[in-house]
Amino acid sequence: MVLGAAAPILALAAGLSLYAMGDAAVFFYSPKMAADKHVPAGRTVRLGGLVAPGSVVKLPDGTVKFAVTDRVDTDQVVFKGDLPDLFREGQGVVSEGAFDTNGVFVAREVLAKHDERYMPKELADALKKTGEWRGDGAGPVNYSKALR
Amino acid sequence: MTDELGAFALILALVLSVVQAGASGLARLRHDATLRGAGEGAAFGAFMAIAVAFFALMHAFVTSDFSVMNVAANSHTEKPLLYKVAAVWGSHEGSMLLWCLALTGFGGAVALFGRGLPSGLKALVVMTQGMLGMLFIGYTALASNPFVRAMTPPVEGASLNPILQDPFLAIHPPFLYSGYVGFSVVFSFAVAALIEGKVDAAWARWVRPWTLAAWSCLTVGITLGSFWAYYELGWGGWWFWDPVENASFMPWLIGTALLHSAIVTEKRGALAGWTVFLALAAFTFSMLGAFLVRSGVLTSVHAFAVDPKRGILLLGILAFAAGGAFSLFAWRAPALKGEGGLFAPVSREGSLVLNNLFLAAATLTVLLGTLYPLIRQALTGEAISVGSPYFALTFAPLMAACLLILPAGPLLAWKRGDALGALQRLWGAAALALIAALIGYFLLQPQKIFVATGLALGVWLIAGSALELVTRVKAGSAPVSESLRRLGALPRGQWGMTLAHMGLGVFVLGAAFETSGRIDAAEALSIGQSLKVGAYVLTLKGVAPNEGPNYSAERATLSVTGPHGAAADVTPERRFYPANRQTTSQVAIERHGASDLYVVVGDRRDGAKPAWLIRAYWNPWARLIFGGPILMALGGLISLSDRRLRLAAGAKRRALPQVLPEAVG
Repeated sequence: MVLGAAAPILALAAGLSLYAMGDAAVFFYSPKMAADKHVPAGRTVRLGGLVAPGSVVKLPDGTVKFAVTDRVDTDQVVFKGDLPDLFREGQGVVSEGAFDTNGVFVAREVLAKHDERYMPKELADALKKTGEWRGDGAGPVNYSKALR
Repeated sequence: MTDELGAFALILALVLSVVQAGASGLARLRHDATLRGAGEGAAFGAFMAIAVAFFALMHAFVTSDFSVMNVAANSHTEKPLLYKVAAVWGSHEGSMLLWCLALTGFGGAVALFGRGLPSGLKALVVMTQGMLGMLFIGYTALASNPFVRAMTPPVEGASLNPILQDPFLAIHPPFLYSGYVGFSVVFSFAVAALIEGKVDAAWARWVRPWTLAAWSCLTVGITLGSFWAYYELGWGGWWFWDPVENASFMPWLIGTALLHSAIVTEKRGALAGWTVFLALAAFTFSMLGAFLVRSGVLTSVHAFAVDPKRGILLLGILAFAAGGAFSLFAWRAPALKGEGGLFAPVSREGSLVLNNLFLAAATLTVLLGTLYPLIRQALTGEAISVGSPYFALTFAPLMAACLLILPAGPLLAWKRGDALGALQRLWGAAALALIAALIGYFLLQPQKIFVATGLALGVWLIAGSALELVTRVKAGSAPVSESLRRLGALPRGQWGMTLAHMGLGVFVLGAAFETSGRIDAAEALSIGQSLKVGAYVLTLKGVAPNEGPNYSAERATLSVTGPHGAAADVTPERRFYPANRQTTSQVAIERHGASDLYVVVGDRRDGAKPAWLIRAYWNPWARLIFGGPILMALGGLISLSDRRLRLAAGAKRRALPQVLPEAVG
């Protein structure tokens, strides 16, 4: 009896999961990877990289423009809204949104990690892939040295 | 000095855990009461030792002893006292110590309060608790020791991340950890039952209070954490399906399933194997959460930044504890001597089985959504993230189905229920739910189907639980005095269940209404300009500097005009913490009934006139989202105080009245 009820519920859960996973999974790209994969305009993706120094422009209407780079390729990002408190030039950032037809990334959400010592993992991996990884910045330098 | 004492106490606790596990195990083998007492004494001693270590670390934080590396990295002399204390569990090392404190605390509590337990079972529970203590205290002492000294102590600390300097964040980890680790007792009970080869009604009655206590703490912890995210992150949201949130939610879901399946095992002796399985699974999910949060494998807003080596160690602990326990389960479960009461599909048992299936399936979808990105990246190297659309498509329908059958369950009889009779009693609730659905569909604009379903389910739960109470006391069919007498005689477990189910309904109402009815607006305002959000108009009156103890802020003052005229001004702040060179937003939340007007001040935009980016949200019924779970936890606590459970905890006392009359006679 228990099995009789369990089978349809588990089948329902599995079916829903597979359907939703195909639909709702969002891919992560660095600018170089996005260029290689020819991400179509309008597809929701996450774009991660470093905020290019000197690229941040804050317009009076609340729109922000900045460039995200993996030190190989660079993409322009526009975002209407308040940037996360940890957003800074030269630091890692992950934006969720889609490219428009001009290749500008329109972000719906901009994420910066709470912990300033932290680099999003996908971003660290992407930088390692493009050979631009500059080592683990984990922990204030003087303390992590004192540990060893 | 106190730091060395703390480090010593931590090692002492490790040694005592070894003694606890060894002596209790031997006690069971030899049926030796002295050894059993030694094991229990060691369990209590381990708790005292961890408490000493914990307060030694707290002392280091309060006195800003920067020669301790953990203090130097997470504290600062100018930080307010509350956050110096809270910083004890704000870092990875300190939070592991809190985990150990809860673990040994529960171990000591079993040793102390489990007087009525059969001696063999109790020895095995204390032994398992000791083995868990060895693993986690060993990990803390050897791989994450919070007392490690800095070779060159800095003059000033690096301070705690300012976003963590918040009263709700300061108090939520103790609740959360009591919940996570509270399931360790249930885990130990399950291991002990498997070794003994016997799961009966008495076993389920001993397990229930521990499950209830852990579940209630976890409910409070998750709610406080969610409330913190709601007002501290300044995004207006309260649940992000973030991997770390999921890590706390999965043990909660399994714990909820366990609460219900243990009732069946207690009352009817059925589902024994399944209840044991859930008891093992709840703490396994707690450990999985600890691994996910601390290993650095996940990208999350809540994760600790730690090195992967520790992650491997935690994975080892998880594999050892859960692997061992589930192997034991596979080996011993077929031989479990349950009482195995039979029941028809339509019965109280049947409804609880359905509840368990839906909860387990929902947990699996959350687990898949959390782990799939990791697995996928390991296999293909492609990084993906799974966000709320996935959970809206999988978790939401499964839970909706579960909630749909919920009010009928308590109205069905054990063994064989009367589905038609139960539905007849619920027609009033169904009618109210239908009205709520129609209102949601025709009067509230966006996401019609979602809001209609949510409102209907919420009303269905609240009204259905109320009707069940009415049926219990025979209100209407019996004289009023008789109904009142019955109401007074209801066991607290009944009140607890009704309150918890109503709380769930309150949460569903809030979640549906807030999610679909949220309004937001954002604009750069200069002084004197206004912004409209919903029925409210916000006008920027001024921006002035405001100095805090360890930050300096820009405080904006906005006047609020609503449908009922002018309301009080709101004053959101943007704070800068020089010690971290970090800026945070202090959200202004003005409560209007159960709804919130939520205002954030952003950065300054320099144009012809200086302007500030103001974001405002109207979050209707947002308070129900947090009030509902608090009602649920309260329900859990009321159930916990039920006489039947207290009697079960000290079953020896039940024998007393039978002895007394003889002595008197």
